[in-house]
Amino acid sequence: MAEPFLSIQHVRKSFGATTVVEDFNLDVAPGEFVSFLGPSGCGKTTVLRMVAGFEEPSAGKIVVGGKDITRLKPNQRNVGMVFQAYALFPNLTVAQNIAFGLKVGGMPKPDADRRVAEMLDMIKLPQMADRYPYQLSGGQQQRIALARAIAPKPKLLLLDEPLSALDAKVRVSLREEIRSIQKKLGITTIFVTHDQEEALSISDRIAVMYGGRAEQVGTPFEIYNRPATKFVANFVGTLNVLEGKVTDAASGKVQVNSQEVSLKGKLNGSKSGDTLSLALRPEAISLGRQPGHDASLSGEIAEVHFLGSVIRVRVGIGGNTVSLDTFNNSTTPPPVVGDKADISFSSGDMLVLH
Amino acid sequence: MKSGRFWAWFVFLLGAAYFFIPLIATIEFSLRMRRGVYSFDAYKVVLGDSQFQATFMFSVIVAVFTILLGVLIVVPTAYWIRLRLPQLRPIVEFVTLLPLVIPAIVIVFGYIRMYGSNSPLPFLGSNLGANALLVIGYAALALPYMYRAVDTGLRTIDVRTLTEAAQILGAGWGTIIARVILPNVLIAVLSGAFLTFAIVIGEFTMASLLNRPAFGPYLQNLVANRAYEPAALSIIAFIITWGCMSLIQILSRFAPKSANRPN
Repeated sequence: MAEPFLSIQHVRKSFGATTVVEDFNLDVAPGEFVSFLGPSGCGKTTVLRMVAGFEEPSAGKIVVGGKDITRLKPNQRNVGMVFQAYALFPNLTVAQNIAFGLKVGGMPKPDADRRVAEMLDMIKLPQMADRYPYQLSGGQQQRIALARAIAPKPKLLLLDEPLSALDAKVRVSLREEIRSIQKKLGITTIFVTHDQEEALSISDRIAVMYGGRAEQVGTPFEIYNRPATKFVANFVGTLNVLEGKVTDAASGKVQVNSQEVSLKGKLNGSKSGDTLSLALRPEAISLGRQPGHDASLSGEIAEVHFLGSVIRVRVGIGGNTVSLDTFNNSTTPPPVVGDKADISFSSGDMLVLH
Repeated sequence: MKSGRFWAWFVFLLGAAYFFIPLIATIEFSLRMRRGVYSFDAYKVVLGDSQFQATFMFSVIVAVFTILLGVLIVVPTAYWIRLRLPQLRPIVEFVTLLPLVIPAIVIVFGYIRMYGSNSPLPFLGSNLGANALLVIGYAALALPYMYRAVDTGLRTIDVRTLTEAAQILGAGWGTIIARVILPNVLIAVLSGAFLTFAIVIGEFTMASLLNRPAFGPYLQNLVANRAYEPAALSIIAFIITWGCMSLIQILSRFAPKSANRPN
């Protein structure tokens, strides 16, 4: 990575005896869009609040643009932030809200007015300047909050679950809008979310957090396809987990419910007789034996869910149930519950979870 | 009519009678100064009395300063308690309630002993000092009402998020309180202000013992020596109080509305 713009170094945060963030490290490149993804209580918002200056780290350092900002007050950091609850000032109009940071920063009124108009154009709400926050929908309010955060040209943009309070359709359109504005302005951005689809769809990189630590930091492709830990594999996407026993470590043979599969080159450090957790994404599995798939298991159709373009099938294999998705084909009827079925996959797609 | 409805109306009318009969009787009595006919003579006498005007103006000015002092003390305190020290709220609420349980006469005797002309802080050695002490005393008396009104107002807004939103945009504490918090709790502050006004206008003990030319002692003097004028004065005081209440209602229409509670 080039010289990082934001560097979070060995940051720890404790509230009394409870440690909520433990030795958190992350470097973010200039203009990069990084998401903190994790379940509630994993410490993602606490890290964001430390970057904003609302919480002081118990240990560690936060550097922005080469300057240590760890002990600076929030109003001295030149950071923009969008909150989950919009946090627009109810007593001010849309234009006054956007101009707030500019006025506080001492920008002359004509310049501030010009910047406000520019921001309103950017979020495509130029006609809303004189409205009050209560007169706007949730999506519009969040757009205004974004414009307000960006108006003073901050060095860093922090987004604290900005889409959580919105309905599904608005969420998708607004996240695309946020990403396109971020790309256009080239502003370094941290986005906190517990929604994996959101994180996967808009991030350059994702830091998956659990128990106050970054379990894995990587591109959405890496996080989804090569999860580093069991938690990441389980948390991101749908995953089939099968318990297996190594029968021959040298040749990579693993027994899954008395059926043998070969996982050559994937059993690093495992010995014959070890039990393993093996994971497969639904989309890596095919119903029936398919050419190119070098591993297969036999079972029985347990459930069939017709979802329109996709049919989700659950196949019982011994004590395990494996989910897989097949595309709907109008000429082929869906599988029938109770029928015998083989599933096949490429052993290269199987993940060995540690 | 169902029996439940009957009893509801019965209780309502009983309450209304309890409230309105003495009021109507007072109005009726205040109009009987001129023998045999109803007239506004008592009101003319009261309103034309130079002492009425002087004492009323004095109390209005004292009320304004009391309100300013109350706002300066209570708004930052209630805001800070809500933002940073919520664990202290029971203690602060207890302290703000003390003026309700400690009689004004105890407070004023304490003041006289503490701030007499021979004390290190001789507030009572000059008129200005005594007036300042009266304002401070009234601010303490009005504390329970002012604090509760402001605290209720703060409860209706997301104090923490609004503060953080302003902070991250570069605002300091002064700007946050003056431009974000105060405008959003203005109606609550006004409610507290009008209650303070009502308390100060009629207060007798402190003003009398500190020997201030206030409206309360004038009222007491009038009640002791006249017949019809006190009734007229009561009605005037009643109109002022209700005028204040109506003003709160009118001003609340112009209050900033929150996104969650648009109406």
